Amino acid sequence: MSAQQSVGIVTPQVARFDEPLALTCGRQLDTYELVYETYGELNASRSNAVLICHALSGNHHAAGYHSADDKKPGWWNECIGPGKPIDTNRFFVVCLNNLGGCHGSTGPSSINPATGRPWGPDFPPLRTRDWVHSQARLADYLGIGCWAAVIGGSLGGMQAMRWSLEFPDRIRHCIVIAAALKLSAQNLAFNEVARQAIESDPDYFGGNYQSSNTVPARGLALARMIGHITYLSDDAMANKFGRDLRSGSLSRGEDSNAEFQVQSYLRYQGSQFSGHFDANTYILMTRALDYFDLALEYDNDPVAAFRHAQCSFLVISFSTDWRFSPERSREIVDALIAAERPVTYAEIDAKEGHDAFLMPIPRYLDVFRAYMRRVGDET
Amino acid sequence: MRLDLSHIQRWIAPGSRVLDLGCGDGVFLEFLRDQRQVRGTGLEIDQKYITAAIARGLNVIEQNMDEGLSNFPDQSFDTVVLALALQAVRYPERVLDEMLRIGREGIVTFPNFGHWRCRLMLGLQGHMPVSSFMPYTWYNTPNIHFCTVKDFEDLCVAKDIRIVSREVVGETRDKPLLSNTWPNLFASTAIYRITR
Repeated sequence: MSAQQSVGIVTPQVARFDEPLALTCGRQLDTYELVYETYGELNASRSNAVLICHALSGNHHAAGYHSADDKKPGWWNECIGPGKPIDTNRFFVVCLNNLGGCHGSTGPSSINPATGRPWGPDFPPLRTRDWVHSQARLADYLGIGCWAAVIGGSLGGMQAMRWSLEFPDRIRHCIVIAAALKLSAQNLAFNEVARQAIESDPDYFGGNYQSSNTVPARGLALARMIGHITYLSDDAMANKFGRDLRSGSLSRGEDSNAEFQVQSYLRYQGSQFSGHFDANTYILMTRALDYFDLALEYDNDPVAAFRHAQCSFLVISFSTDWRFSPERSREIVDALIAAERPVTYAEIDAKEGHDAFLMPIPRYLDVFRAYMRRVGDET
Repeated sequence: MRLDLSHIQRWIAPGSRVLDLGCGDGVFLEFLRDQRQVRGTGLEIDQKYITAAIARGLNVIEQNMDEGLSNFPDQSFDTVVLALALQAVRYPERVLDEMLRIGREGIVTFPNFGHWRCRLMLGLQGHMPVSSFMPYTWYNTPNIHFCTVKDFEDLCVAKDIRIVSREVVGETRDKPLLSNTWPNLFASTAIYRITR
């Protein structure tokens, strides 16, 4: 990635909110903080702001680097930057760590002001709707009345759709990538296995591991390994690892165990993840994903739901994504068509599975860039 | 603008809703949006065209109409356009039915296989017609359902489809008189406005 295509070095900022936030679960958060990053400049008419919603394990660091010797850029660096689809020469891009997160925003590992100890498992359960409302508070804080676009992949796409219904007059374009109107039973099942992996770790202590000075690292790693498999396609794994061995041999007369490359890759991914992610946040985020059902409060009718939206939509899916398959995206598109909302849809041929939404796939970037140019022309 | 499109744009009411089946790069929908304030949606399967149509700021949906159009509600558009694509769809009859279910009116344009040049090539030379207008040979053509002006009108009668208007485009050197008087022989492109 050449230097001129990067937003360069970015510094996260923190917004503190003292007005209580009423949550869907009936409880409220009296005070909370949201950590966020911005890229590009807000124009004089404040019409070029774009909100990026992150996925399950994402955070506020979507683009650029935190320091000169930072090895890895933000998670969506392929799509955000000068000349990239979300062009920071045109847009003022905002990305935050969602409430309940573990990268600086108030979440289960923060101190509960009422007890002086970490919230842990007592942190209120959150819904996508709660995230959207907290994001609207951040928009107020930044002086943004209406987003030029709210954009997200996967769980981020669900937040974008929820935005279109909760604040129809504060969003002009809704970009929904590799998402769904709700999770399938298979998706719910994967999330349950991930939570069980964490909760059955003896170091979990019912979620109070911080007080016990432990981390349920094995459970969290296992949860991540399961998730990771579902983000890749069969072909992508075959291409990347095949049946290659990392050690040992399958020859006759070999009595020690052989290890496949894919095993060590998954273990590495798992241990990397458990080293920097909070287990209670992972449980909270997977539950929010499980509970998301766009049309639940609209008589289970996505068409009736989308009639509340006033924005234009771009929906993108990827051919080998089996976590949120093209069929799920077409359900979104068909509901939008039936609700007579302006919608554009592209199904991208990609071998990378669900993870494709993070990858620099030429046609994906072309479609995304062409649409964002339209968004920019309207600012 | 392509000749058939410049004919049919006159049939599209300002401010109406138009679904363009096989919208290509979106040049027609763009014209209708900019000149007629039309709220348009395009359907397309060609990747390059989809990106081009998005770049024009149009709403375009990647969908293969051979796999059905049932996701479009009844009478949800004023006009459904099928321009030079009838001959390339797998089930022309079903597409016509769907067009008139989805739209109040349909506009269909197709190359007339009854044109005298086609007849000449097939009748005298014994070859499937290939011309600048229909440049494919039989084994690589996307056009799998050719028909003539007469064939199409017979189908409309059989299916209780009412022809509101018909226009024909002849070869550029033709006097319009020829193609208007004997469309089945002199029209290279037939243009129909249909309803039920």
